[in-house]
This record gives sequence, structure tokens and C-alpha cells, in this order.
Amino acid sequence: MLDRVIKGGPKYWGWLIFLAVIMTIGFIVYLYQFRVGLGVTGMSRDVSWGLYIAQFTYLVGIAASGVMVVLPFYLHDYKAFGRITILGEFMAIAAVLMCLLFIMVDLGYLPRIVNVIFYPHPKSILFWDMIVLNVYLLLNLLIGWNVLAAERKGIHYQTWVKVLIYISIPWAFSIHTVTAFLYAGLPGRHFWLTAIMAPRFLAGAFCAGPALLLIICLIVRKVTRFDPGEKQMRTLAGIIAYAFVLNIFFFLMEVFTAFYSQIPGHMHSLVYLFAGMDGYGRLVPWMWAFAVASVVGLVLLIVPATRRKEDTLLVACIAVLISTWIDKGLALVIGGFIPDPFDKVFQYWPTTPEILIALGIWATGFFVLTVLFKMAVSIKEEVGA
Amino acid sequence: MGVDRRQFLKIAGLSALAGLGAKSAFELLAPGEVEAALPLMEGKRWAMVIDMRRMTVEIMKKCREVCDDVHNIPDWGSPKVEIKWIWEEEFKHAFPDQENEYAADEVKAKDFLLLCNHCSNPPCCRVCPTGATWQREDGIVMMDWHRCIGCRFCMAGCPYGSRSFNWFDPRKAPKELNPGFPTNLEFPTRSKGVVEKCTFCDERLAKGEFPACVEAANKMKKDVMIFGDLADRESNVRQTLRRHFTIRRKPELGTSPNVYYIV
Repeated sequence: MLDRVIKGGPKYWGWLIFLAVIMTIGFIVYLYQFRVGLGVTGMSRDVSWGLYIAQFTYLVGIAASGVMVVLPFYLHDYKAFGRITILGEFMAIAAVLMCLLFIMVDLGYLPRIVNVIFYPHPKSILFWDMIVLNVYLLLNLLIGWNVLAAERKGIHYQTWVKVLIYISIPWAFSIHTVTAFLYAGLPGRHFWLTAIMAPRFLAGAFCAGPALLLIICLIVRKVTRFDPGEKQMRTLAGIIAYAFVLNIFFFLMEVFTAFYSQIPGHMHSLVYLFAGMDGYGRLVPWMWAFAVASVVGLVLLIVPATRRKEDTLLVACIAVLISTWIDKGLALVIGGFIPDPFDKVFQYWPTTPEILIALGIWATGFFVLTVLFKMAVSIKEEVGA
Repeated sequence: MGVDRRQFLKIAGLSALAGLGAKSAFELLAPGEVEAALPLMEGKRWAMVIDMRRMTVEIMKKCREVCDDVHNIPDWGSPKVEIKWIWEEEFKHAFPDQENEYAADEVKAKDFLLLCNHCSNPPCCRVCPTGATWQREDGIVMMDWHRCIGCRFCMAGCPYGSRSFNWFDPRKAPKELNPGFPTNLEFPTRSKGVVEKCTFCDERLAKGEFPACVEAANKMKKDVMIFGDLADRESNVRQTLRRHFTIRRKPELGTSPNVYYIV
């Protein structure tokens, strides 16, 4: 099956080389960070997690969202999604890989990462996160590979694969729930100390992931002979619409609780994010971009005419990605640390090395995604032809 | 501080049990060596009381200097990558939950001395994925700098901002800010990429000595910082806590902090 990966046109190779260049730059900058220390990033004593952990959190959502195409097909027998389940699973693989890489570059002492296994501490949510993420990666590798291999041979996949598929469905929910628990159980971080953190994470994931998948489907249709299908994309658009409405609804619930209760700790992070505090407001423009993208996304997704039209749907999907990325890939983590435990503002912004390393990991993810999709689409083209 | 009759008898008794004889106990407790001879390794729940009424700027400065020297804490000259085990903070920042516009002038104007609270229910230990930070039986929240993977979950978990991360290699801290670093050759320096914090001077307690800050502060003003065993009803800390009203930082979070402030 892997041979399909090395048979591609100049555009395919050009794209892979482009990604490889960014990966190489990221890797070289990481070596610099590894040698000098995490001080080369914008993180500080007060904001001790930054872009890396925020990307990790965002991508766990993208990974979990693969279930949004798997679940309707396997649990509701929604046959149309049979064409694209493999794409959801392969997107999950690429996303989990990026998650693991983002954790690794964030560690101060990477060679000791094995201590998490040598000295396991089940009281730590991070221990469970390691388990659910790695198992989810393994599940998707096994399922994706075997289902695709069976499709190529024109046979039905084995029964044990079916068992794994059923396990993978609740497992997808677990990875994002556990990731939410990393934040939601910390005393004194009011911004994160909310029972709807996990539901919010899941809602955000189930609109962001399918939005990304839909954009990729449009690209796949353009550059290959494989058509993910009109009906499939329309259903995806519906899923995105529901999940995005829920996501914004949950966010507004946080705003209500904070501001109606008037409890300072609950309001402060939101005030810092949207209006600035003590004269500091690094994230204010971003948060208003989030607000605008959210409104645009909501309108385009709720109005049936714009949801069904391909070009406006594409704009809606981009708006969803912008909105959810600012919300979860930036504000959630940084906002949790500002103001700090002393009710002081110490600002954070990623440095150039930090951004280059993050881009390198994103490029790695897209490299893996491209290769996997190439394999899947080539086989689908052959079978279909 | 100081040894009361009860503590003296305890030491004498213990010494006798150990076959040292009464004479040894008296020798141990000879004037000047009284403090050094306290059986500090035997506490069940260590705690500290800081008398803020009598605390001065000079004492707090001295505490920080001594702590930095004893533990080879580098000065990076930047709040971004700063490492601190004990430090000063304004009342409103030390106790943000005690918002009080009309608090007494002396409280409002004063800096408070902050350090790790060695919580009885420490969230940092709960979240650590490797057990690199853990609670000893005597309540001290410890750090293993050789096991820490540098994930900084404990820094997110600590509601007191008591933890610092080695963003760079401490041995490469600017020489002009750190003359003679490492200042204490008997104490390890850390590697880059690990978290560190106050350990109530476990290395000194093991030798029967008070934490360095307590010792230095009390040399300047007697009993301005009191260190002892909360599990012992008659200990100096328990007696002080019975006599004075004290406050703790963010007790509502259920962490049960063990540093008390007399205001």
C-alpha cells in the first residue's frame, strides 16, 4: 500500500518538499532550544505554558473529531460516510502525532520522558493523558490500515478490526475529556476551574475537526479523481453547524457565570483577554477577531442557503477554524495564567524560535496527513476505476 | 524559638534512651548550641509562623539573600526567568482574596514574606506525573531534581506561585550578578529544564538546624519567624498560634497551607 506514497506528480512532491523544509527549520531551531533551554521561548515564571501546550490542546480536539465521521457510519449505519471514515481516521493519526510532538518540545528535560512510565503516578491527569493519546494513536493506525487494506483487496475487514472500531468511538471522547481535566481540576486557576470545560472542549473539537476535514475534502476533490461526495460534505456541514453553535453557547455560559456572579477571579481572565488589564492587552485584538469570526461562522452555518453553497461554506469553515484556534489554541491556555496567582499581569507572547518550532510540528502533521491521504485516495481511485 | 522546659526534657530523655547519658544532653544543650541541638528531624507536620507586626524590610531582604546563597539560586536579572524560593510581595498581591480597600495602613504598606506553604493537601504533588515532587511524612513538599521531566504541571497546579523553573542552565547565569556562584558547594546546583522550590531546608533539618531564613531572621529579631511541629500540642508554633490570630494564603482552596502570618 505504501508504494502509492512515492508515486506522485510534481505538485505532490513540491508540497512535500515545502513541508520538509519547514520541518527541517523547526528541527534545527528545536536543537537550539534543547541546548540553551526553554528560556528561548516567551514562557515565563508566571505564564509557564504557552503556544506549545495550547497547540497540543487544540490538536487533541482535531484528533478526537475523527469520531464525527466514524460514529455516524458505524453506529447509525449512515452509509454515505463510508467513503470518508478513513479520512477522519488518518486526520486523527496526524493530529495525535502533532500532540505528542508538542508535548515533547515543551518538556524541560526530554530525555527523562520515560520517567512517566518508570514512575507512574495515576493521580496525575498527565499520566492518563499519555495513556489515552497513545492508545488512540494505535487504534487509529490499526483500524485505518486494515480497513484500507481490505478495501484495496475488495474484501470485508476482519471482525477484530470492527471490535477496535467500537472501542475507538468512546475512546475519542475520552482523549478530549482527559485533556480538559488537565485544566479543570486545578485549584486557584479560576479560568479553567469550570465543570463545562470537557463539554466545551468536545463541542469545539467537533466543529473544528470536521471543518478542517471539509476543507481537505474540497482540496482532495480538486487535486485528485476521488470525490468525497456532495451528500457527505453536506452532512459534515450540518455537524459543524450544530457543534459550533454549542461551542459558542458554552463559551457564553462562561461569560454569564463570571460576570453575573461578579466574582473577581472568575472575571479577571476574560477581562484581560477582551479588554486588557492594568494597561496590558496583548490578546485583545485576537479576541475581537475571535468574536468576529464566531459571528461570521454562526451566520453562514445557520442560514441554510449559505451552509449549502460551497463557497460560503468554505468561508464558514475557515471562520470556524479561526474562531476555535484563537479560543483554544491561544486564549484558553494563556488566559488561564493571566492574571497570575498574585493577581498581577505578566504578559506572554511566543518568540520567533517558539513559532518556528510550532510551525515545524504543524508541517510534520501535514506531511503525515498528505502521505496518508495520498495512500487512501490512490487506493480509492483504483477501486473506483 | 528557644527551648522550653518540655522540649529540653524531651531531648534529655531521648539522649538518655540513646545511651548518651544526662551529661551528654547537657553538653548538647550548652549555651549557644541550644538551637542546633533541637531534634528537628523528628517533626510530624512542619509549619512556620511569620510575625508580620515585627517583620522589617531588612529582615526580609536578609532572608532572601541567605536562601539564595545557601541553595545556589542564581540571579537572572529578569522577572521572566526569575527563580525564587522566598520573596516579598505586597499585601494585596500576597492575599488577593482578602480584598480590603480600607485595610490598616501598616498592613497595606507592608511587603509580606512569601514561600512554599508546604500544604497538607498539595495540588502540585497531585498533578506531578512522575512523583518528582512529593510530600514527606513530616509534611514537607519535596522536589527531586533528578526525576523532574520539566512538564511544569506543578507550576500550573500551585495556587501560590511558589514554584520556579530553570528556563536556562543556572550555571550559566550572568557572572556579574552572581559573583562566586555556586555559593554553597555542599548544595547541588540544578540543571536546566527542571522545577525547583523551597524545601523548608530539609538538608538543614536533617542536621538538626533551623531553615536558613528562620535562623537568619531570628538573629536579627528574636522570634520574628517561628518554625516547629504542628503535630506537637506544646510546640512553639502551636503555642504561638493559640496566642495570636493568624491568616494563611488562600485557605479556601482546601490546600491547607502551613505558613501562618500574624498581622
